[in-house]
Amino acid sequence: MTHTSIRPHTLRIEPTRGWVALRLGEVVAYRELLYFLVWRDLKVRYKQTILGVAWAVLQPLLTMLVFALFFGRLARVPSDGVPYPLFAYTALVPWTFFATGLTLASNSLVGSANLITKVYFPRLTIPLATVLAGLVDFALAFPVLFGLMWWHGVTPTAQVVWLPVFIALAFATALGVGLWLSALNVEFRDVRHVVPFLTQLWMFATPIAYPSSLLPERWRTLYALNPMVGVVEGFRWALLGTETRPGPMILVSGVAALALLIGGAFFFRRMERTFADVV
Amino acid sequence: MSSDVAFPAAHPHASMPHEAPRVIRVSHLGKQYQLGARARYRTLREALVESVVGVARSIGRGGTRRAPERFWALDDVSFDVAQGDVVGIIGRNGSGKSTLLKILSRIVEPTRGTVDLEGRVGSLLEVGTGFHPDLTGRENVFLSGAILGMRRTEIEKKFDEIVEFAEVDRFIDTQVKHYSSGMYMRLAFSVAAHLEPDILVVDEVLAVGDAAFQKKCLGKMGTVARHGRTVLFVSHNMGAVVSLCSRALLLDAGRLVLESDPITVAARYQATLTAAPTATSDLSGAEHYGSGKARFVSLRFVPERRDGTTREMMCPGSRLRVETRIVCSAPVDSANVGITIYDASGYRLVDANTAMQGRFVSLNPGDEARVDFALDDLRLKPGTYLVGLWMGRGNVEDIDGILYAATLEVEPDPQQLQHSEQFPGSYLCAFKHSVVISTPAADVARPGVHEEPGQRSAAGASR
Repeated sequence: MTHTSIRPHTLRIEPTRGWVALRLGEVVAYRELLYFLVWRDLKVRYKQTILGVAWAVLQPLLTMLVFALFFGRLARVPSDGVPYPLFAYTALVPWTFFATGLTLASNSLVGSANLITKVYFPRLTIPLATVLAGLVDFALAFPVLFGLMWWHGVTPTAQVVWLPVFIALAFATALGVGLWLSALNVEFRDVRHVVPFLTQLWMFATPIAYPSSLLPERWRTLYALNPMVGVVEGFRWALLGTETRPGPMILVSGVAALALLIGGAFFFRRMERTFADVV
Repeated sequence: MSSDVAFPAAHPHASMPHEAPRVIRVSHLGKQYQLGARARYRTLREALVESVVGVARSIGRGGTRRAPERFWALDDVSFDVAQGDVVGIIGRNGSGKSTLLKILSRIVEPTRGTVDLEGRVGSLLEVGTGFHPDLTGRENVFLSGAILGMRRTEIEKKFDEIVEFAEVDRFIDTQVKHYSSGMYMRLAFSVAAHLEPDILVVDEVLAVGDAAFQKKCLGKMGTVARHGRTVLFVSHNMGAVVSLCSRALLLDAGRLVLESDPITVAARYQATLTAAPTATSDLSGAEHYGSGKARFVSLRFVPERRDGTTREMMCPGSRLRVETRIVCSAPVDSANVGITIYDASGYRLVDANTAMQGRFVSLNPGDEARVDFALDDLRLKPGTYLVGLWMGRGNVEDIDGILYAATLEVEPDPQQLQHSEQFPGSYLCAFKHSVVISTPAADVARPGVHEEPGQRSAAGASR
């Protein structure tokens, strides 16, 4: 919006067709709205819950305990020489961020129907705000991760400086998939039935409960087309110093994540013009 | 049809020494909808089936695919608005008013044509856009303000003013879900009223709050207009349009049919309201409940004058005849038949039934019956009401019921266009009343004219 410009500029409204520009500048111009939407999501998410933000930590922690018992203790799944609970939790922290972000983002547009049909703002801010709000939960789960590392006597190596890259990769993947699903969900409510199933399958396709070193070397590059493979292996490599050489896998995952994100953003913009008509 | 209407060559502003710049230019605007597309969502399966069937058909016999039914919600609409104009947009339900506002607000895309807007546009299509029940009043002011396009610093600066205007200062840190609906509406409107765009697009949001607050809102709107801001204002409320607007547009079936001064347009609007209310509603597709021993099959509203002759539209003071037709399939013994009129938010306003008159209906299978109700001197304010039907035996049995069988439109009386609705909206009953005025000066009775200093003369009213 042109709050700051003294001389108003002309805005032209006309029909558009096919693929259109992303107009990310507009999203930047609406950054205050983005901030308020994130803030609202955080405020509302844990209202009327007894445990409040503790849920952000409990979700990955409890999953880790279950995994540690069944996969670590009983099934004796290998864990690249790292204590299994730490091995699983390191993967579950970014995974929980991804799965929650994906689930919430896919419902975000439909959940904001009352806004979409009543006021204009760049629609991209809605799923973006949802995924951004997830980063806060993500940050809350981190101290526990460091606590676990300390408990098991694991000190991070210098590779830890790469961690932000993997966080960005997780963010891009969550947002990318979120954009696709949220736009599809406006027209096809099947999406909401697909999402729980999708996240479950995706979890098995990601080395969370098991190391990717179980796979033969030549399959790993293909495997890394799932961007969360790169994220999880990256996290383990950066924080725990696991042996898995993540180089090519991360490259493949990065490319896949970018493709998902850029494709998702354009798809979203293409679908956007009918949101208010259909939602 | 817009093409055969001669627009005034010059706008009322042409008499001004300098022509104000055009800040809204709408040209050949059209919006097409696919029938039914808005009403429901497609499922993936349907889309897949459709596309497979479509491909199969186009392979089989080229081009025999039946085109989905489409209609133009807005059709070839062109007009300009000068800076500082307050333009009222009038039309019946479904005439395209809301579609026009939604396009101007950039919520939906036009199918055809262009709009050029100069300056920051703020749209108020609903009171309380972005309000979240779990947040406090304070938090909602910031959230809603941001959604409507205000900057944070701007909201902070106006915060006290907003709260004061809404009269909710004691409850500002209470979650709005605990607010009364009046408080909620006042706070929501107050946020919206402090939005200061160059162009303001408003849809009937004035219909909120109690009468005193409405007057305040109208006052605020007037202030906005006087500050040189351009306002587009959609309303069913002729009183508000006439008192607030400098120009008005009349839309009918998606087309712009008249562009003129508000009084002329309002009068023409009244004339276009034809015999629509007497249409018969077929109830076969309605949602029935009850045992079904007998069913309501149709419902018809007939507005009448006091002498019993049919009139074209339902106005306050009309006699309303409600005709229901019932078909019986299993024996019905002494049933009570009733109608209920609700307001748009579902509050029950009027109950009428045969038992109240000590009458009951008994039917045998195959019988067709008519039960007609007449409500004398209908004292409902102009607006949209819902009518429900019920037939049954006390608490014992529901034979047939339709919660919302039809909508009833009550239109403003054209005879009382300008001065009957200074406080539009929230109250629903128009009582017959008389007034005695005692002032030192002689009591001047000038029917039809209510003038205030600075207000537009009503001399141009066409009757």
